Amino acid sequence: MQTENTKTNDKTALRVMTRDVDTRDRGGPRQPMLIIRGLKKHFQVSGKSLGQPKIVVKAVDGVDLEVGKGETLGIVGESGCGKSTTARLLMHLIEPDSGEILLDGETVGSMRGVDVRELRRSVQMVFQDSYASLNPRLTIEDTVAFGPRIGGLSRTEAKSRARSMLRMVGLAPELFAQRYPHELSGGQRQRVNIARALAVGPRVLILDEAVSALDKSVEAQVLNLLQELKKTLGLTYVFISHDLNVVQYISDRVVVMYLGQVVEAGPVERIYETPRHPYTAALLSSRPSMDPTKRITAPPLTGDPPNPINPPSGCRFRTRCPLAEDICARVAPALTAVDDPAHLAACHARVSGSGHSHASAAA
Amino acid sequence: MSDQAATFSGAIPDTVKTERSRSFWQAVFRRLSRDPLTMICAAILLAIVLIAIFAPWIAPNDPYKTSMVRRLKPPGTPGYWLGTDELGRDMLSRLIYGGRLSLFMGFTPVVVATFIGGTLGVIAGYAGGRINMAIMRLIDVFYAFPSVLLAVAISGALGAGIVNGLVSLILVFIPPIARVAESVTTQVRTQDFIEAARATGASGARIVTGHVLSNVVGPILIYASSLISVSIVIASGLSFLGLGVSPPLADWGLMLNTLRQSIYIAPVNAVLPGVMIFTTSMCFNLMSDGLRSAMDVKG
Amino acid sequence: MLFYILRRFLYTLPIAIGVSLVCFALVHLAPGDPISAILPENASPQLIEEVKTAYGFDKPLPIQYLYWLGNVVSGDLGTSIMTRRAVLSEVIPAVGNTLILAACAVLIGFVVGIGLGTIAGYNSGSILDKAVTAFAITGVSVPHYWLGMVLIVLFSVNLGWLPATGMGSLGSGELPFTLDGLKHIILPAMTLAVIPAGIIARSVRATVSEVRKQDFVQTLYAKGLTSRYVFVHVAKNAAPTVLAIMGLQLAQLLGGSILVETVFAWPGTGFLLNAAIFTRDLPILQGTILVLSIFFVVTNLAVDVLQMMLDPRVKRV
Repeated sequence: MQTENTKTNDKTALRVMTRDVDTRDRGGPRQPMLIIRGLKKHFQVSGKSLGQPKIVVKAVDGVDLEVGKGETLGIVGESGCGKSTTARLLMHLIEPDSGEILLDGETVGSMRGVDVRELRRSVQMVFQDSYASLNPRLTIEDTVAFGPRIGGLSRTEAKSRARSMLRMVGLAPELFAQRYPHELSGGQRQRVNIARALAVGPRVLILDEAVSALDKSVEAQVLNLLQELKKTLGLTYVFISHDLNVVQYISDRVVVMYLGQVVEAGPVERIYETPRHPYTAALLSSRPSMDPTKRITAPPLTGDPPNPINPPSGCRFRTRCPLAEDICARVAPALTAVDDPAHLAACHARVSGSGHSHASAAA
Repeated sequence: MSDQAATFSGAIPDTVKTERSRSFWQAVFRRLSRDPLTMICAAILLAIVLIAIFAPWIAPNDPYKTSMVRRLKPPGTPGYWLGTDELGRDMLSRLIYGGRLSLFMGFTPVVVATFIGGTLGVIAGYAGGRINMAIMRLIDVFYAFPSVLLAVAISGALGAGIVNGLVSLILVFIPPIARVAESVTTQVRTQDFIEAARATGASGARIVTGHVLSNVVGPILIYASSLISVSIVIASGLSFLGLGVSPPLADWGLMLNTLRQSIYIAPVNAVLPGVMIFTTSMCFNLMSDGLRSAMDVKG
Repeated sequence: MLFYILRRFLYTLPIAIGVSLVCFALVHLAPGDPISAILPENASPQLIEEVKTAYGFDKPLPIQYLYWLGNVVSGDLGTSIMTRRAVLSEVIPAVGNTLILAACAVLIGFVVGIGLGTIAGYNSGSILDKAVTAFAITGVSVPHYWLGMVLIVLFSVNLGWLPATGMGSLGSGELPFTLDGLKHIILPAMTLAVIPAGIIARSVRATVSEVRKQDFVQTLYAKGLTSRYVFVHVAKNAAPTVLAIMGLQLAQLLGGSILVETVFAWPGTGFLLNAAIFTRDLPILQGTILVLSIFFVVTNLAVDVLQMMLDPRVKRV
């Protein structure tokens, strides 16, 4: 009820930030907000000193993504598939080994394009652990005001910015501004984290398992808040989660990752209704159904994903794939359009002429 | 009182007032003030410090006035409640004055070392990589000496004197404090809120002052407070060995040293200065323990 | 396993070099000319020349250090200013005596500390626990040189039971087997034992009560094992920590015994150091500190390796 009251007060403040045409828009509405090409990050976990065996985890191994303006892109996959690393790479919180990131058509980090500072102002992130991502020694207000301060606002300006942000996420500043993180509930803390991210005035918000740790009812509230914010502020979301239902609810497009690579990408309805990659199919069929007539009949995914230190040759999913054949061990499948130009999958069985027995012979 | 004041919405401001959030340090202070043992120790220490500061007004006699006729009088002698030392100086006055140097010699090294060692440790912890290696390996070398030995070695080479004593003690305490600061900072650095701060585009210095320091100062201070007791004992120990404070100045450790020769003749006098060292060291230790448990709880 | 031990060993090398650098610097820290610092005041000009070339004092500092290090490695720690004897021949018996004292103190501290700590850990919260905690805090707070004096006053001056100073019939290198030797070592060893006893009691108490809270101990009780068997499990889990603390304490005592040795006139390294400081015999000071700190470094290494072998979880660094 508090939220409702404060929202009307804040409409005027918001309008300043969200004019009908965003002045920050450089590439036009059709230019994707983010383009990622061939992003790679390998972590050396051992072998830093002499004589130790060299072990490298290929956390993200050649990821291509596109996020349109005003779109919500969902990224799903099992734990350890590189979702979170991708998110951190997107913000340059860790340096990618190779690959490029284009923000609104301009390369990040190059001489002519945008620098990392600008990227971080345009892209913000909400982390999974709502407690760990708030400084326990700072009040909520100070936490939210930190970003604007860095951005060059004066102390008082930053504080009033923080207060209007708190109001926007449904936390009355009179009640919450002076509190410390441990005095809030998980849902409230995550609202603070959203306010903190939005206070910088970003165009893209990366939500890295942002609602996964919340109770179901609170999760729904936060999801609704996110939907509203997106509408009022004209945001673009990258929504990372392992929860298929939540991703289906919030996303416009979905990307499925497996062992540091994208295996399938496409509009949400297509992915959920006609998955073309056997991994996606297996993931979806592992969801418990509310309808008893739709019992799971397909064999569920067994075992853990293989060790990313030594991923299988060829297609990485072949060790768990019901359709695996010789070709899959030899050639790594590329992301290719299937059925529809917007629907991509990396599976030999779906590409005609690949040599897989399920694929049509030749094109 | 209007009816509206009784409604729920009217009640909110009241709860806000009563549940006003306390900052971490306010909460720690409140918890400390409810710990009787810590408060007793604080009172004793405060008394010792005040007595030392106001020594000229409190001491009954001149602490430097010697007399060959009234040497080593036992405690209880009229006019000399705690007796006299081997040169006939008033024990009580010397103990009162001795607090000045002994406390100064015990306290200063920890304060200076906390500042230097803390800075080094935070830099090493936040920077990581090569900078960390360079700083911490240097620290490790000094850490590779037993603390008393290092203090004795440095002030032994430099020679007696207050400044030399202080320098050697500072060098003894920098390594352990730097180590603690480094490990705490390393822990804090990997937390999400630091990532979030980095994501706003803040510089390293801004993040350290805005987010890291507030989280590492507590543990560093707890550790440093536990060293004060050690420092007082070692500082007096240096004077006891004839390093550090030199005669005729009044210092508890030095008094123990000179009175030691008279242990068979006036055992009680000889042992008295140690009681002061022990009491101060014990109180600092207990207070440090109290501080530790007061800061143990989140928030 | 072997790999980690080797790594830990390699890690010790630069530290040992750093320690030697600090010891080398000690002589140069001293006010005045380093040559006059290591020679008696009335040294003849030709002796000065001799020493100058022998120690390379006419060369730049890094070369001097290498000269010095070369001498040290071949066992030449210089010559004492006071006795004109080789430093090493003065230091070795003193280290022996200090070791005897420190070992006795650690043994006493170990027995007392483990005993009290276990009692407190098993009765956490009780009066017994509080008493042990009080003892532990006293142990770490007390200025032990003063405690030594108090013990002398009590047992030597007032009661006359034990000798106040010296080592008695105990020659260097002999163990305190004779009654006289035992009598002489009791007071200094007890004094020195107070610190490790306090520290060990404290950490044993913490470890025992922590281990006892862990799920696997609860499971053992649930399985119906008697507390005697459970104790074995608790001890097994607490052992590595306690062992590490003991090793570190032994090492600390080697340095920390200076003050107590001075009080009891125990002819160990502390006594030697004290005399060296008094007479400004820098070669002895430097040599003693070098030997003790290398001992300290090696003990730390040994403790780490032992702990690694006992506790499979400690495998880092």
